[in-house]
Amino acid sequence: MVAYVLNFIINIKSNELSKFKRMKYFKFLLVGIFFGIVLVKSEAVSWYRIYEMFRFQSFHMYGIIGTAIATGVLFLQISKKGFVKSLKGSDIFVPKKEKGFSRYIIGGSIFGLGWALIGACPGPMYILLGTGVYSMIIVILAAILGTFIYGVLKDKLPH
Amino acid sequence: MESILNPWPWYVSGPLISVVMALLLYFGKTFGMSSNLKTLCTIIGADKFSSFFKTNWKEQSWNLTVVVGAIIGGFIAVQFLSNDSVTNLNPQTITELKEMGFKNSGATLVPNEMYSLEAISSPKGLLLLIIGGLLVGFGTRYAGGCTSGHAITGLSSLQKPSLIAVIGFFIGGLIMANFILPYIFKVS
Repeated sequence: MVAYVLNFIINIKSNELSKFKRMKYFKFLLVGIFFGIVLVKSEAVSWYRIYEMFRFQSFHMYGIIGTAIATGVLFLQISKKGFVKSLKGSDIFVPKKEKGFSRYIIGGSIFGLGWALIGACPGPMYILLGTGVYSMIIVILAAILGTFIYGVLKDKLPH
Repeated sequence: MESILNPWPWYVSGPLISVVMALLLYFGKTFGMSSNLKTLCTIIGADKFSSFFKTNWKEQSWNLTVVVGAIIGGFIAVQFLSNDSVTNLNPQTITELKEMGFKNSGATLVPNEMYSLEAISSPKGLLLLIIGGLLVGFGTRYAGGCTSGHAITGLSSLQKPSLIAVIGFFIGGLIMANFILPYIFKVS
């Protein structure tokens, strides 16, 4: 009987725990869904918009990136003053990027070449898959392989 | 309703993207989509080949959850939140692309000339997507981030490395769009 009750309590507890864990992930799922919707509706996932941007033939993408950064700067300046805290009550924190030059300019240029070719960066790749562009699977698999090649060659590259 | 179904203007979309960044920071995480490629490498077993991938991927499972959400979000956006509107491209862009062999520019999100089953069935088409993917995967990890990590988060927090990276993105992008793409799609 005692064992039964104990077992019952433990079961409730572990159920509560897994529910809590599911909640923890649920909010990230919602953020992802929101991200996907915004990027489709903004046309930022359009191959044509990326091409147009790199041909300086439209303001659209510059407007999106510019206002995103401007709002982001504003948010981070306000949170720096302590007006916004994280969910856990600590300060909003953006990790500092390592100092360097070569890795950013070379790595950035290599990414830029790919971005303008396939018209999608690592977020839109998944979003486009969701919109029904199934051939994007090829790009995603190649991108995983590209990341793997970097990891293997890392120590031989200038950073 | 019409304003939701139509494409959203840049001054609405831009701030909404920074809401994604702000929400993730509020949850104690950092916005960075290319990190998922590294996590996927680790899951597949890349840690056996390079110590770079020796990380506890479970700590990144929140980010993979964002990816799953993004796929669902893309589905919802085209199925329920869109009409038949065509991307309002610059007429000059459309003319230019036509000369390169791209028909119906803006009618779809990605050109059929690159992404349709027919296109990827040709060796050239398949090779283009593979090379593009390789460049994106290699370049983002080398630069330590992509558009979300450097252009949005890095520049919003006024970090110099991110500015250098974004300049790099544009060097590569300008070279591809202006000099290499016309060559690849040269109509002979």
